[in-house]
Amino acid sequence: MTEPGDGSPDPIADAILAARLCAIDPGLGGLILRGGGDMRDAVIAALRASLPDGAPIRRIPAHIDDERLLGGIDLTATLALGRPVASTGVLAEADGGAVVVPMAERLSDATAGRIAAAIDGGDSRFLVVALDDGVEPDERPPVAMGERLAFWIDLTMCHPGLVPGSTEQLAKPAQVGRWTPEQVRGDEEAVNALAATALALGIDSARAPVFALRAARASARIAGRDVIDEEDITLAARLVLAPRATRVPPQEAQPEAPPPPPPDTDGGEDERSEPAPLEDIVLAAALAALPKDVLARIAAGRGRQTTRAQGAGERRKSPTRGRPMGTRAGIPGGGVRLSLIDTLRAAAPWQKLRSGTARVKVRRDDLRIRRFETRAEAVTIFAVDASGSSALARLAEAKGAVELLLAEAYVKRAQVALIAFRGTGAELLLPPTRSLARARRSLAELPGGGGTPLASGLTAARELAELAKARGRTPFVVILTDGRANIAADGSAVRKVAEADATAAAKAMRAAGIAAAFVDISPRARPEAAALAAAMAARYLPLPRADAAAMHAAVRQAQQA
Amino acid sequence: MRMSFPFSAIVGQDEMKLALLIAAVDPRIGGVMVFGDRGTGKSTAVRALAALLPPVPAEQAGYQDGSPRKGTVPVPFVDLPLGATEDRVVGALDLERALGAGIKAFEPGLLARANGGFLYIDEVNLLEDHIVDLLLDVAASGENVVEREGLSVRHPARFVLIGSGNPEEGELRPQLLDRFGLSVEVRTPQDLAQRVEILKRCDRFEREPEAFAETWRRAERKTLKRIAAARAAVAGVTVPDAVLMLASRLCMVVGADGLRGELTLMRSARALAALDGAGEVAAQHITRVAPLALRHRLRRNVLDETGSTARIERALLDLAKKDLAA
Repeated sequence: MTEPGDGSPDPIADAILAARLCAIDPGLGGLILRGGGDMRDAVIAALRASLPDGAPIRRIPAHIDDERLLGGIDLTATLALGRPVASTGVLAEADGGAVVVPMAERLSDATAGRIAAAIDGGDSRFLVVALDDGVEPDERPPVAMGERLAFWIDLTMCHPGLVPGSTEQLAKPAQVGRWTPEQVRGDEEAVNALAATALALGIDSARAPVFALRAARASARIAGRDVIDEEDITLAARLVLAPRATRVPPQEAQPEAPPPPPPDTDGGEDERSEPAPLEDIVLAAALAALPKDVLARIAAGRGRQTTRAQGAGERRKSPTRGRPMGTRAGIPGGGVRLSLIDTLRAAAPWQKLRSGTARVKVRRDDLRIRRFETRAEAVTIFAVDASGSSALARLAEAKGAVELLLAEAYVKRAQVALIAFRGTGAELLLPPTRSLARARRSLAELPGGGGTPLASGLTAARELAELAKARGRTPFVVILTDGRANIAADGSAVRKVAEADATAAAKAMRAAGIAAAFVDISPRARPEAAALAAAMAARYLPLPRADAAAMHAAVRQAQQA
Repeated sequence: MRMSFPFSAIVGQDEMKLALLIAAVDPRIGGVMVFGDRGTGKSTAVRALAALLPPVPAEQAGYQDGSPRKGTVPVPFVDLPLGATEDRVVGALDLERALGAGIKAFEPGLLARANGGFLYIDEVNLLEDHIVDLLLDVAASGENVVEREGLSVRHPARFVLIGSGNPEEGELRPQLLDRFGLSVEVRTPQDLAQRVEILKRCDRFEREPEAFAETWRRAERKTLKRIAAARAAVAGVTVPDAVLMLASRLCMVVGADGLRGELTLMRSARALAALDGAGEVAAQHITRVAPLALRHRLRRNVLDETGSTARIERALLDLAKKDLAA
């Protein structure tokens, strides 16, 4: 019955319930709705109906600037009137209501940070409804904001037909009136059960159980009770704790048995000697609600959610930093800086026409902003052959060389990505990152064995490089292989086809204009590998006996050439 | 202004609390870097400490344009938002007054506001490099010099820099790491009793902040007294030569780069002795602060998985053994 992955009975109903809980207790922060298309409107409608009449709901576009978000000086009005005119920010406007953030996965870390700060200690209280349209597991709203929202609900598996009843029915909540969390008594049991469940699911943040407790209280309140019930606690565990799980606790054969303490705890055994059965019920509820992709992430050893390493350098022409490149007409704000001298110079010829007083009259059209140029950030993509033929002898050296290059990339602030190909296909082990800790871990976990799907490896490397290019980075591909392709692009084990596919993939890399180095790690260098390297216009580095350090030196040289 | 969580009510996290207390006693130590996951109480602890400290004279806090100030103000606590621009950090030309009234005036930035208090940066590792450089530079010199847009302003900016970050999300350059005085690693306790206690206290605080603060008032006052006494005593704490030798030998054995490690080790040991009410630094003070002061200065070997803390502890053990043998 605790089969994880079948999800809650109805995520959309959960989402609507979560919206109501948020309306009752704004301290819950809000919710993230992943996928779901139009069904999210029903959730927002339910939230609107549950909030007091006239509560504002504002949308925040992903590209919003600080002035609009937090308020500031209204530059246009200030210039027109000649006196400072203040404008209110969207967050302040939403006080007592909610903000809706569409495309939350595209929200910049900076904007998310501002919203998080406003949730933490701002003057206005508002709920956040983050609409997450991400498709890839790594595409998620910035953690700084997500962490402060109680509910993460995945609607991707829902079909519109599942929306129960009409929206009107959904939108009519039990009116609870004015209410404060103090009115519901929190009992010892709820606190213990939620803390134990969070621990068992490997949730480290202290915010999660606090949210869960609040959600349980709000749920009791909706039901018109004054005491938290078992039902409220399981609901809170399902809605708040389950989506944050980073591990599945080991389960014992008999369902009655208490969950064994996680292996990495020591001490505190006396507290756990007689676990309350409530804990088991709550944990079971949370387990049943574990979303599928969480399980996949846990299985992949990447349970901990990490942000994309969104560094600087995504743009080449940057309005905010880098080498000065002159100015152009534009409105300052959002980090774009006014170039005062050029603004005055632009305003100067018009003074006679505009004048009257002795004061310089500057208009909106005169404003000049600075432009800068940044150097595109480098991304080194390693495509490592982990097949049986190369694994035996050379994989360890290849790993060593990659680690040395990683260490160097880390000092230079370049990004690194790692692709492994073995068996029947290629796998992206590490999306572009600057984190040495993550890179080293995924490298250490790299298993060896199986065939050599060289074509898949090359294609995966090229696709990743093209993606990096599209984001304004400069990719460099390093391929470490023995060049003995024996698995074709479609996964079949026909050597002839495999070799033809590899050559085609190599040519595609050349056509895409991607710089590459081809490291031949086979014990004896063979002409086929050299031909492949030539087909992709890569530098060919036969390194039959090289150790990690020599390999590192050779690749570095190739990269600089 | 919302109330702050009482500093003494924070469950566990002793190392972080110790580092913050040391920084509060001697701000010249050069800031604290906190590594750890989200939701481990990093910002709560820093905020709590700022709120705990007694008000400071107005002439030592906030932006000082040279005009005399009277009275006292609360210890400033500035939260540097991710993605803050250089203008907002160092201050810039006051656009509104420049364009509206034609006056060249300086609009102070976050550095000016943090003067005399704490500057907290969540996720330093995601901050742009040039801003981190600038922050560390000002933190070390205690003065912000602005030369831009025809402005030439300098104002005091003495603050304790607290950075936090999760190494899984991108690392700090070693050069920058070295500029932080102390570093601590925080983790969520994996013990149920402690976690229940955390949840209870957070819940209680959220529901009845005043009553909660009241129950902790005595503990808070005790902590405050301890800091005040240590601040008064720290200048008089002596460091015997033998202890200095131990510090230097430790730095040599673990291979901490540069002299900053030794200086910080000595200063923080002195602050710790002052907190303990000792008039003289003893070997045990060095042992206790060594991981904090040196951990982030060790040259990293990417192929070596051993944690820096373990290396320091091993070195301390070796030194102790040698001393016994001698």
